[in-house]
Amino acid sequence: MTGTVLKYDGSFQGFLTCIFTGYEQKLQVVEIVPAGEDQQQLFSETQIIIADEQKALRVLKGLKAKVSTNTMTRINWAFLSEAPGIEMKLYNMISYIFSTKEKVDTDYSHPSVLYISNIAKQVGREKHRMEAFVRFRLTKDDIYFAIIEPDFNVLPIILKHFKSRYADQKWLIYDIKRKIGLYYDLYKTEYVSMELPEDIGISGGNPEYFEAGEIYFQKLWKEYFDSTNIKSRVNMRLHVQHVPKRYWKYLSEKSPFA
Amino acid sequence: MDFDRIKEKLNILADAAKYDVSCSSSGSKRTNTKKGLGDSSGMGICHSYTQDGRCVSLLKILLTNHCIFDCAYCVTRKSNDIKRAAFKVQEVVDLTISFYRRNYIEGLFLSSGIFKSPDHTMERLISVAKKLRLEENFNGYIHLKSIPGASDELMREAGLYADRLSVNIEIPTKSGLKLLAPDKKHEDFMKPMEKVKNEIIQYKAESKLIKSTPKYAPAGQSTQMIVGATGESDRDIMYSSAFFYKNYNMKRVYYSGYVPISTDPRLPAIGTQVPMLRENRLYQTDWLMRFYGFDIRELLNDQNMHLDMEIDPKLSWALRNRHLFPMDVNRIEKQQLLRVPGIGLKSANKIVQARKFRKLNWEHLQKIGISTNRAKYFITCDSREKELRDLSSEHLKQLILKTSHSKFRTDLSPQLSLF
Repeated sequence: MTGTVLKYDGSFQGFLTCIFTGYEQKLQVVEIVPAGEDQQQLFSETQIIIADEQKALRVLKGLKAKVSTNTMTRINWAFLSEAPGIEMKLYNMISYIFSTKEKVDTDYSHPSVLYISNIAKQVGREKHRMEAFVRFRLTKDDIYFAIIEPDFNVLPIILKHFKSRYADQKWLIYDIKRKIGLYYDLYKTEYVSMELPEDIGISGGNPEYFEAGEIYFQKLWKEYFDSTNIKSRVNMRLHVQHVPKRYWKYLSEKSPFA
Repeated sequence: MDFDRIKEKLNILADAAKYDVSCSSSGSKRTNTKKGLGDSSGMGICHSYTQDGRCVSLLKILLTNHCIFDCAYCVTRKSNDIKRAAFKVQEVVDLTISFYRRNYIEGLFLSSGIFKSPDHTMERLISVAKKLRLEENFNGYIHLKSIPGASDELMREAGLYADRLSVNIEIPTKSGLKLLAPDKKHEDFMKPMEKVKNEIIQYKAESKLIKSTPKYAPAGQSTQMIVGATGESDRDIMYSSAFFYKNYNMKRVYYSGYVPISTDPRLPAIGTQVPMLRENRLYQTDWLMRFYGFDIRELLNDQNMHLDMEIDPKLSWALRNRHLFPMDVNRIEKQQLLRVPGIGLKSANKIVQARKFRKLNWEHLQKIGISTNRAKYFITCDSREKELRDLSSEHLKQLILKTSHSKFRTDLSPQLSLF
């Protein structure tokens, strides 16, 4: 029996449909890849999978009966990591879960369970960092606007945090890596895509786009940041460990504009 | 808003507030209601980190650095010749809201020098919190300082608007306090603490019966002690810490290595190293006491007045109690697992989960993330290879030190530079 490569649309629903198809047709799945990505397997057939809500829901239902809510979250977050080959790792873990009667989602001595737990932790860390390092700037049309460029696709999982926190202001968080934004208009959130002007910058307060006082608040914040430092305790290694350099660009207190 | 004036005040009053180490914003249960601003029901968030590696979670400022007291260890003491400033209540409110809306902070940490009288100062602090809650519908985190000597009525009111209240005990021993802060009385610190503790208990009891009972200081109380300003031992510090945890239901006790700021002969001279390694060992001990089921008397006692600076306190305890080891990781209770050097809370949980499915060997344990370079001398597992050689404790300590390297660079810890 030759192995099968499944191609899907890159959505979580599509991925769950792949699992359904794999079981239904008793396929020996060797790879699951998002459409557009080149496959590496030689002796295999390729099957295109079209996302199907009903099939996806059945897989979800089956999973929920066998794992804790924590594990459901982990599976979801691991998927958002977009790590190369993550689909197969998840497929292996889910097969292991379905293969036994016992609940094995906390069997950390199984390689794929431990792997998924670790990668979900990384995504969780990125989520938390985005909740911390997003810096809103007030635009002229009264929207609090922020640009992010996260390692993982975390917009869907930071939504709830920002929605419950900033319920009385309009805000927009834009992921420039994936070219998609999340906009809250005081009532609901929606995904938007848009073209950003080149000179909008990641910090700073270009008066063409931002409200007049904006730049002063960034300066006040930098002033606060500098004043709160204790020079006789400086420990740059620890500092960089907490705020890895790739995040500095978001943080107006670390940028040279002021 | 006059930005330049605010900027100058911010500079002075943030600089003066920075010696308060607490910046936690967790543990509250305040959710956003009626489409207001902010939510502090989740975990705490550090929005930035200073160059000294401390978390910046709250806007931490003094309302003013004018003070009628002259405590030797304090930078805002009356006799110190520094620039003085004071914020207006509305200025603090505006600054907090503007920073919060931009996602710079989780909330406000407001402290103050004591001007006129303790009650007068406390009243002003409360009015900031009250304005934020009632006028701005602000649900972010508010940490207020309880001013030593403030009246019971004010302390009761403070807890209705703040998430956390704290009084810094600063000097762990009564004799030290007498030496460095002769105008302050030990009882003045205890009184507001006692009041807040009792109110928390009472409000909690009431909220069980009446659901609409307002929240009272939902994130509890904390306090802080300065380490290395007077000659107290680690035992003195940790015993008073244990006392506060037990008798005042403290959420946290913070340890702050003394940063020399004064030429007062009673204190370490300017330029003396901040005892950061010692501070770290004290925090490790604090954690062992609160989360790992250790009694403080096991870690520090008459024979062991000071913590070992070279190794962590758990390893140090284990080396003194070799008769309890080795333990079999596949059999022992979780409480025992937590006592093994190199196994932390998270790996203990994972071990307990994973060993239900199969017996664990070194490879499993390593992947789970325990620190085998310490643990291997204290445990057995489902592997033939064992590291249980017949070594004396001192010998074992040297062996572990040789095969591991401290996260403290030598320039941060003069104690280690000998080796």
